[in-house]
Amino acid sequence: MNLILLSLGLLCLSGFAALVTSASPRWTSRLGSWGVILSCVIGLVPAVKVLGDGPAQFFKIPWGIPLGSFDIALDALSAFFLLPVFVLSALAALYGQTYMAAWAGKKPLGPVWLFFNLLVASMVVVTLSRNGILFLMAWEIMTLASFFLVTFEDERAGSRRAGWIYLVAAHIGTAFLLALFVMLSHGNPSLDFDRFNLPAMPEYVKGILLILAVIGFGTKAGFIPLHVWLPEAHPAAPSHVSSLMSGVMIKMGIYGLVRMVSYLGVLPVWWGWLLIGIGLSSGILGVLFALAQHDLKRLLAYHSVENIGIIALGLGVGYLGLAYQLPLVAVLGFAGGLLHVINHALFKGLLFFGAGAVAHVTGTREIDSLGGCLKRMPWTGVTFLIGAAAIAGLPPLNGFVSEFLIYFGAFRGASSDGSQALAMLAVIGGLALIGGLASACFAKAFGIIFLGEPRTDHARAAHEVPYGMRIPMALLAAGCVGVGLGAPLAVKILIQVLPVATGLSLPVIRGVFPEAVHPLNFIVLLSAVLIALAFFIFLLRHAMLTGRHVQKAGTWDCGYAKPGARMQYTASSFADPLTGFFGFFLRTRRHLDAPSGFFPKEAAFETKTPDIFMENLHRPAVEKIYAGLSKLRWFQHGRLQLYILYIVITLLALLVWKMR
Amino acid sequence: MQELTEIVMVFLILANLWLLASSRLMVCIRIVACQGIVISLLPFLINRHLLLTEFLAVAGVTAALKGFVFPWLLRRAMREAKVRREIETSVPYSVSVLIGILILAISLWISSRLPMPKPELTELIVPVSFFTILVGLFVIVSRVMALSQVLGYLVFENGIYAFGVALLLEQPLWVELGILLDVFVAVFVMGIMIFHISREFDNINTDQLSELADWNSPEKEGRR
Repeated sequence: MNLILLSLGLLCLSGFAALVTSASPRWTSRLGSWGVILSCVIGLVPAVKVLGDGPAQFFKIPWGIPLGSFDIALDALSAFFLLPVFVLSALAALYGQTYMAAWAGKKPLGPVWLFFNLLVASMVVVTLSRNGILFLMAWEIMTLASFFLVTFEDERAGSRRAGWIYLVAAHIGTAFLLALFVMLSHGNPSLDFDRFNLPAMPEYVKGILLILAVIGFGTKAGFIPLHVWLPEAHPAAPSHVSSLMSGVMIKMGIYGLVRMVSYLGVLPVWWGWLLIGIGLSSGILGVLFALAQHDLKRLLAYHSVENIGIIALGLGVGYLGLAYQLPLVAVLGFAGGLLHVINHALFKGLLFFGAGAVAHVTGTREIDSLGGCLKRMPWTGVTFLIGAAAIAGLPPLNGFVSEFLIYFGAFRGASSDGSQALAMLAVIGGLALIGGLASACFAKAFGIIFLGEPRTDHARAAHEVPYGMRIPMALLAAGCVGVGLGAPLAVKILIQVLPVATGLSLPVIRGVFPEAVHPLNFIVLLSAVLIALAFFIFLLRHAMLTGRHVQKAGTWDCGYAKPGARMQYTASSFADPLTGFFGFFLRTRRHLDAPSGFFPKEAAFETKTPDIFMENLHRPAVEKIYAGLSKLRWFQHGRLQLYILYIVITLLALLVWKMR
Repeated sequence: MQELTEIVMVFLILANLWLLASSRLMVCIRIVACQGIVISLLPFLINRHLLLTEFLAVAGVTAALKGFVFPWLLRRAMREAKVRREIETSVPYSVSVLIGILILAISLWISSRLPMPKPELTELIVPVSFFTILVGLFVIVSRVMALSQVLGYLVFENGIYAFGVALLLEQPLWVELGILLDVFVAVFVMGIMIFHISREFDNINTDQLSELADWNSPEKEGRR
């Protein structure tokens, strides 16, 4: 525990050191990023120790705040979520050191590093805290720190707008969490988690608590329809921050959900159904919206919604397994969902790093303006490809492992007797649809950005990024491959985590675990064969081409005599069959100036896919609230005298009331 | 002695009402100055055992500040900012006086209900100090010019001082001096502020200051 506290102290200290040295961009970046890297390495030691069968560690000091205490504990579940926090934060700090150098001298970098370090520290405290007040404080610092990072480029109206949307959404979530904690603390002298004795409560109270938790934590996690802040905030933030926010910060919502629900004892059956419903809608709609996007980081943000949906599906399968007393199904569902947390941190961090690298050197995030980047940025291209294959759930990478566990659990659940079979079949169908669409989406993103010919001068300007940005990408890509090939070992770290998350006893879990992980051995074997085969084909191609004349020609020139780069497929045309098929959900707006006459001169085609939930649910609701509240504006007129009058009248009224 | 105290109390009530009725800025400054001198001498009227050197010194400084330094500062601000000599008010003078009488009634009623630690004091001093406080607030709320708000603030402070006299006969010296310093700085700063406001806005009406706010009401937007 001392190491964790040391790591926390170092995070805060280096953040403030970076702020103080803000005058020198080099020192502020060095202090900020190496502070994060060092404290993450320090923090990883106890986290790994606890995961590897070590005893949970506790630390508690009383606090002056009512209901509060500085009560932290490192058990297996906390350690499991700390793993991606520490790994991705360290890599993001390393990446950010180079990435932020572009702003040196133009903008003060001290505040960025302060908020970055505070964001990391607050996420660590969120995963460790065992007291409601401490939890909410850390939660709020996490929100505010990331808000200031999202609005880093505050001279852009888009960034400010994204920041406000994020802030409002996050606080609506926190409001529900506050209500949750107030209800949990009912009749307790403190908000320490270990004082919750909830199984005794009536069923409907438990239902209310679950709903509060799913809305409060779901807003942070990005469940549809609470996801609207993600596609706004992720593109606005600097890339290393978006990767941290998307890779681990939204997982804090998942952590909170699993942690809080673990105190509620036996859960109602509908809870599993609810999570599966949320998972299906988030997963399918998230990937559909991703397909229709033109902005690379926005596309990735929608994929975060999709992956949160997959995690929710896994948890839903797990909770249904618990409710129907199918321990194998429960273990598979939870293992898949939780492992996907780590996997998503790895590949989404990698993809955001790649997107940042592309945007960094070309100056644009518009997919349709890019092209041919693979030849100019081989490192970025190859690592992005690995990330894309991983997020699409293709073997032999890590995304496949976690999705496979969920599939396996769902098949086991579907073949058992009981009414859960229907939900399990829906999970199988939904996951298959999500996986297929995600593959299509990343075929589009990778194909348009990295293959073909450069479409604009932006893309022609592309060149490989410095090592400071390449190394984090390479390490994350290695992580994706490593978890994919070492799947049986990776799943083993979950043995200690599952008892905390599920409430099942360790012997029960140990009993079903071999059966659950057994197929992974085959998968690893097949993956190894696949890789060997690919390597063999590569060698074969090399051998066949040596000594022969190789002619190079433009890609996709369709047999025209003088093809131009603009004649290539665009992102929208590539995705059009799919977006057209799901047009009912997407409501893509098309604007077409069709060419006319025999020698057409000007023509234009534009598609735009606004978020239907933003357009049809949130915006009208916010406008109604705004219209309602602006009726109170006469009360806030800015006339000082009348404000004083309000105070005087209030005081007099109170005095008269008291004297009555 | 009792009669003298009551005469002073009546004087304070009348001074407050006069302040509400008066339209001339100079007159108002003089009224507040007189009120300040009288109130700073109030402790000796109520309790003559207090004739100690340090209390005398404090009372002397208070009287000098409230009676002479503040009026001088205000007049200087008036001169430098070239303020109109007539008070602009959002509540007509006659209505102001009526409201003043209403405030007096409320103060009398409140003080009749207040539990008093020392009932042997003159009964008027608590309602009069309440009255002075509320009149000060009313002046701040109703008068438009920044200068008259300083006056309201001074009246308000006079009321608090009188209330303090009524409650705690032996106030600690340092508290007294501290309050005095606060008031001095406040008036000094506001004098400078008023000068700057008048330079920026060509007048010192506070309703124009609301133009500085972030949000402007739709009717104001329409007016532009």
